[in-house]
Amino acid sequence: MKNDSSKSEIQSVSKPNEELPALECKNVGRTFMIGKSILSSKKPLRAVDDVSLKINRGQVFAVVGESGCGKTTLARMLLGLLEPTDGAIYLDGQPISEVDSDVISQKVQPVFQDPYSSLNPRKTIESIISLPLRVHGIGTKESMLERVSELMRLVGLPNRLIHSYPNQLSGGQRQRVAIARALIMEPGIIVCDEPTSALDVSVQAHILNLLKDLKDRFNLTYIFISHDLAVVEHLADWVAVMYLGRLIEFGPATEVLRNPLHPYTQALMESVLTPDPHKGLPEITFGRGLPNPLDPPSGCSFHPRCSKIKDGCDSRLPSLLPESDRLVECHLYN
Amino acid sequence: MIKVNTDITAPIATSHPREEEIDEFEISVPSPPELMKRRAKKHVGFILGGTVVLLVLILAVFAPLIAPFDPYDQTLTNRLLPPIWHEKGSWSHPFGTDALGRDYFSRVIFGARISLMIGFFAAAVSAVVGSTLGMIGGYFGGKTDAVVMYLINVKLALPGLLVALSLVSVFGGSLIALICILAFLFWDRYAVVTRSVTQQIRTNDYITAAQAVGASRLRIIVGEVLPNLMNQIIVIASLEMAVAILVEAALSFLGLGIQPPTPSWGLLVSEGRSFMFFKPYLVTIPGLAIFMLVISINMMGDGIRDITAPEGRN
Amino acid sequence: MTDDSRVLEAKNLSVEIEVPAGILHAVTNVTLHVDKGETLGIVGESGCGKSITSLAIMNLLPSKATRTASKLQLEGKDLLSLSERELASLRGNSMGMIFQDPMTSLNPVYRIGEQLEEVYIQHGKGNRKEARERAAYLLDKVGIIAPRERLSQYPHQLSGGLRQRMMIAMTLMCEPSLVIADEPTTALDVTMQAQTLNLLSSLQDEFKMGLILITHDLGVVARMADRVLVMYAGKAVETGTSQQVFDHPTHPYTQGLIQCIPVPGKTSNDGRLGSIKGMVPALIGDLRGCMFRNRCAYVSEKCHASEIQFNQISPGRGYRCLLEANECADNLEGNLGTEIVQ
Repeated sequence: MKNDSSKSEIQSVSKPNEELPALECKNVGRTFMIGKSILSSKKPLRAVDDVSLKINRGQVFAVVGESGCGKTTLARMLLGLLEPTDGAIYLDGQPISEVDSDVISQKVQPVFQDPYSSLNPRKTIESIISLPLRVHGIGTKESMLERVSELMRLVGLPNRLIHSYPNQLSGGQRQRVAIARALIMEPGIIVCDEPTSALDVSVQAHILNLLKDLKDRFNLTYIFISHDLAVVEHLADWVAVMYLGRLIEFGPATEVLRNPLHPYTQALMESVLTPDPHKGLPEITFGRGLPNPLDPPSGCSFHPRCSKIKDGCDSRLPSLLPESDRLVECHLYN
Repeated sequence: MIKVNTDITAPIATSHPREEEIDEFEISVPSPPELMKRRAKKHVGFILGGTVVLLVLILAVFAPLIAPFDPYDQTLTNRLLPPIWHEKGSWSHPFGTDALGRDYFSRVIFGARISLMIGFFAAAVSAVVGSTLGMIGGYFGGKTDAVVMYLINVKLALPGLLVALSLVSVFGGSLIALICILAFLFWDRYAVVTRSVTQQIRTNDYITAAQAVGASRLRIIVGEVLPNLMNQIIVIASLEMAVAILVEAALSFLGLGIQPPTPSWGLLVSEGRSFMFFKPYLVTIPGLAIFMLVISINMMGDGIRDITAPEGRN
Repeated sequence: MTDDSRVLEAKNLSVEIEVPAGILHAVTNVTLHVDKGETLGIVGESGCGKSITSLAIMNLLPSKATRTASKLQLEGKDLLSLSERELASLRGNSMGMIFQDPMTSLNPVYRIGEQLEEVYIQHGKGNRKEARERAAYLLDKVGIIAPRERLSQYPHQLSGGLRQRMMIAMTLMCEPSLVIADEPTTALDVTMQAQTLNLLSSLQDEFKMGLILITHDLGVVARMADRVLVMYAGKAVETGTSQQVFDHPTHPYTQGLIQCIPVPGKTSNDGRLGSIKGMVPALIGDLRGCMFRNRCAYVSEKCHASEIQFNQISPGRGYRCLLEANECADNLEGNLGTEIVQ
């Protein structure tokens, strides 16, 4: 270990036990109380419901699902920005509620979807990337500048942009800035919330390649939230499929995506439009959009859209049970 | 991973091919400060208004050096001398003298000090109070916001000028009392604007990013939110400064503001009132001064709004 | 091709926009046509002029933009010589547009029914009652359950997917012969995307309208379009049927775009994606040579100097590059999933 005071502070908190999962959720739930006006009573919205996960070090853990399925709420809880109302999240084996927020922020960092909204337009690139250092009071002005330059080189940003403002950068460059900011504290875990869905395909490829390189190089753990299954298949080791706040299928990425078991996962996979001009449009069987999450369907929450519905789907809640090499929450299998 | 991290410097060669090269077609976009400079250079209203405000500021700051006479020095033999453009005027008293034989030019110059000071400090104090309340309400939301909204509503329901008049009559017309009373009159507009803009800013991911980094709320409000509000605050401040100068003049004219013999522009108009018909310059000179300063500040404020307008995504 | 079946024909369509830094050549000499019941996909990255092209056809350009063309005809009618008034009566009537964001393209203070009927009545197609009938009929067509109840709802009461269907229904109120869809599914979830596209294509079969589909999503274009126009830097760089373009891309840009996309089952988990370096150029000032040369893997001295001609391989098939047609296409074989830039 270096005796450099600026580094020792980080290292004192980032010595994870390699045996434990980087992050673990045990029956995590988050309920929001939604009230339309002062007069009407508030209704519970179960944004995340009974989710249990183990996220292993050095792997890419993808969370997929439609908008409104609770992906982003889960991400905010994993970042320690939102407390679960049920269950607990463990960071390196320690309940996250007992971990100091400073320590969480040195271990888990986010990368957001919209690179226009994730950078403060009134700040220079240097100031944006160095924010974590300044917040934690690490290093001097000179050492911060040097560290920002290092990070910019690492993510492929030319050093001449260091005093530029976000409006002078392209979407891809902005996303690189966001990645540099997330990496500067050397966290082990990065929560990527749709990091490429606002970007052009050519830029998306750059960013995905960069994320992959960084992961291999620093043994990073990614929680990769996306609705683009092609991207997920390209990057992920594990996939968790969420529907209306519940985990409905979970397993190794190649298995889940090449041979989906849950009808919802199957439908998601069919919806992926690969650039193959010989194929027509897929026939998607479920006729309607996401049900109102304030008034979820009885039984299996997917049953109104399900093509393989059978007796009991509308009354009994299925449970997440092992099936072949993974977990599935569907009456078809257990 | 700690071991690997000590050697973070080498770039990953493959993921960003030859980025350091300057691309032949690279788009050069001006930075926000540059862009503001360019816009400022082209904005006629800003340049005109700004120049006048700057001139008045110089006059006010260097009043003791510029004024030919002591503004309080009475020379009763020289009462009501005409200004220079009058056929009997002389260069020794370019604006003539008032009823007590004081040099009117010197009094107008010293009056600028009072007007600018009151305008500036009233706008600044109300900006600090109003913006702080607005940002707190907008950022925290919920009950905190309800309290801020309540304060704003109470303020809006008060008949401002009447309250100001009664407060002045209670606390007297000292400079500090006037500034505080005017600040009390004006803070609500800052609060309303900063509150709603903060609510929008709060939803940006860079706020979440700062939270995730472990930044304190104070740091987020001052470091991330405030820079995005500065242009609005400055624009409101410039407009409120103009209004404060007018209200001070009105209060002084009514005898409730700055007390004689201190030269304030409102007071000068008030003192000149009884000679209005045969010595009109005693009213028109300070009146014009107020008019010019207020309109210049307004032009400057409009200019700042145009210059600092945020640029779009492209 | 008889003139009857041709819905839209544009020749040498150009758009120049006055910006503080000079003249922005947003679209340069784009030639395209759409036939009845046919889908033309326009594809390219953001900033390549796709949307401006569609706005130019609709004559909805910003006031600082000037449009020029040697020919611009909608069903044989010359759009260049029409007055703004006559054009307005065509918009929403014989040509309609579907925008990306269904949130902002519907007016939140009017009921859905009012918005749908308005278009119909304004173009003198019939009275309020007939308009209501047509609206209910179309809502049913776009797969909205209980259409008559929906008509009295406000846009905020609908989900994103439903709103986009509303927009489609609204566009179809006057049976347009040309529909321009600008990124119609980008704001939607994957499942909604497939459904909405299915809907569009079945409606197209039924109403035989010509469809211009503008998107950056190659998957959408490959599945939906009959013919494809790849745009780069305001110019058409490659045209052809979607099979031709996706199976044998002849322009390095098209090839690069195709290699960028992860394909489930094809690109391996450890593999890297192909990528195009650099970024789209600013189209301001005097533009000479190939605008893609700064990002191209095949760049040579010749690319800088001359105007690159559009090589016509066969009717409807062509590309704008100095390379031979097979030089670039051959490279793609077995090259998928590797870096094209060293």
